[in-house]
Amino acid sequence: MSERKPVIEVRGLRFRYADGTMALDGVDFRLYAGETVALFGRNGSGKTTFVHHLNGLLRGEGEVTVCGLPVKKENLPTVRRKIGLVFQDSDEQLFMPTVLEDVAFGPLNLGFGAAEAIEVARAALREVGLESLANKAPYHLSAGEKKRVALAGILAMQPEILVLDEPTTFLDPPSQSQLASLLRSLPQAKLIVTHDANFALALATRAVFFEKGKIVAEGSVEEIVERFQWIPRTLREREFTTHQAE
Amino acid sequence: MHHVVIERWSRGSSVLHSRDARIKLLVTLGYLIALATTPGLTLARAALYAVPIAAGIQLGRLPAGALLARAAVVLPFSATFALFSVIAGDTARAVSLVVKSYLSAAAVLVLVGTTPLPKLLRGMELLGAPRMLTLVVQFLFRYLFVISEHAQHMRLAALCRGSGGARLRFRAAAGAVAVLFARSFGRAEGIHRAMLARGFSGETPALPMVIDAVDVLFLIVGLAAALALRVIPL
Repeated sequence: MSERKPVIEVRGLRFRYADGTMALDGVDFRLYAGETVALFGRNGSGKTTFVHHLNGLLRGEGEVTVCGLPVKKENLPTVRRKIGLVFQDSDEQLFMPTVLEDVAFGPLNLGFGAAEAIEVARAALREVGLESLANKAPYHLSAGEKKRVALAGILAMQPEILVLDEPTTFLDPPSQSQLASLLRSLPQAKLIVTHDANFALALATRAVFFEKGKIVAEGSVEEIVERFQWIPRTLREREFTTHQAE
Repeated sequence: MHHVVIERWSRGSSVLHSRDARIKLLVTLGYLIALATTPGLTLARAALYAVPIAAGIQLGRLPAGALLARAAVVLPFSATFALFSVIAGDTARAVSLVVKSYLSAAAVLVLVGTTPLPKLLRGMELLGAPRMLTLVVQFLFRYLFVISEHAQHMRLAALCRGSGGARLRFRAAAGAVAVLFARSFGRAEGIHRAMLARGFSGETPALPMVIDAVDVLFLIVGLAAALALRVIPL
């Protein structure tokens, strides 16, 4: 693995919010082409702050490189093309009046002509299986559809890396399965911020654990889930049987 | 809610719905100018001016009763001014004022009832309205639904914990407005980040609109009709 070049490389990343909160306290991280990494951590441990550094939405001290390019002002357009960030709340991501226009937003910003942008947007919608919704308004969609349209908006920019921030939030189990199989079919390297151990087990090849703005553990998803008891103890299989027996 | 009903009309399909938004804007504008500049509107001429409205309702397959009732929202305002004219002894002017404002409102409703807001805004933009202005209206419309949903949830949550007296309700509502403002602000920041993440750098080129032969015919007939209504001697 050491000979392979990472598509994301982060060294000693630190970030403090204006109110003095230390959100990231020396993060070192690598993501390699083709792999899917789950990023676990408690609420407020700095996961979202971390992913917002990967495409330069936030800037801290330390080094962040994406596909060999340092994340700095002059590289931002290229970096944002290479990293597709799917936000936790799809309503924040779907701001255009129709689904097709929303998916075409990224390609238009990349300088595609109108016809080409529409073509690319339609192809991305086809990829997520929602071409029939092209002319719908985003607020008429279900949570699962919104998430897939948000993903199409990112795929339309043809990124090399996908970063998903808690993608299963608000999704019912069938929509989660649909999203999991869709993500599995996509070839890009993926970083998935999630609380959902089962979702991570289904997709990720590796996991890292965030605590107080640092990565404190790294390993297989099973190891990390076991070590940090990332399936709540009270919800584990057999504990219910005692109640049922009573 | 008004905007939900009209939004539903605008997503219908008819020969009027399929016309280019710019053409409809220009024809409506022509009609409004003709109507506004007609001196001493007689009832006979007012009846003539009602014909394009009826045609619009028919061609756009709009619910006539509901549309005409909605157009009446302008009446309290124009009636107030009309009252001053009546007091000043100019009844004809008062009638003309009320009729003109009512017909204008109906014409605008035919336009927005047959043109989805995004297309209407795009049309305005292509006719020279500033992009920033149309973007703001577009976002306002898009997030009106999200914010009103937040407000609904908060109202239900308040009800679940007892409604209390009027004074307490007022205090809760005041607090809710503050929370809504803070959430809207946070939401705006989130949207801005999502836009930046997809390469937004201040301006996104808009998708083009296409005018066909029927649109051109509609424009010519529409503007000719507006002119005719204005100048035909009665």
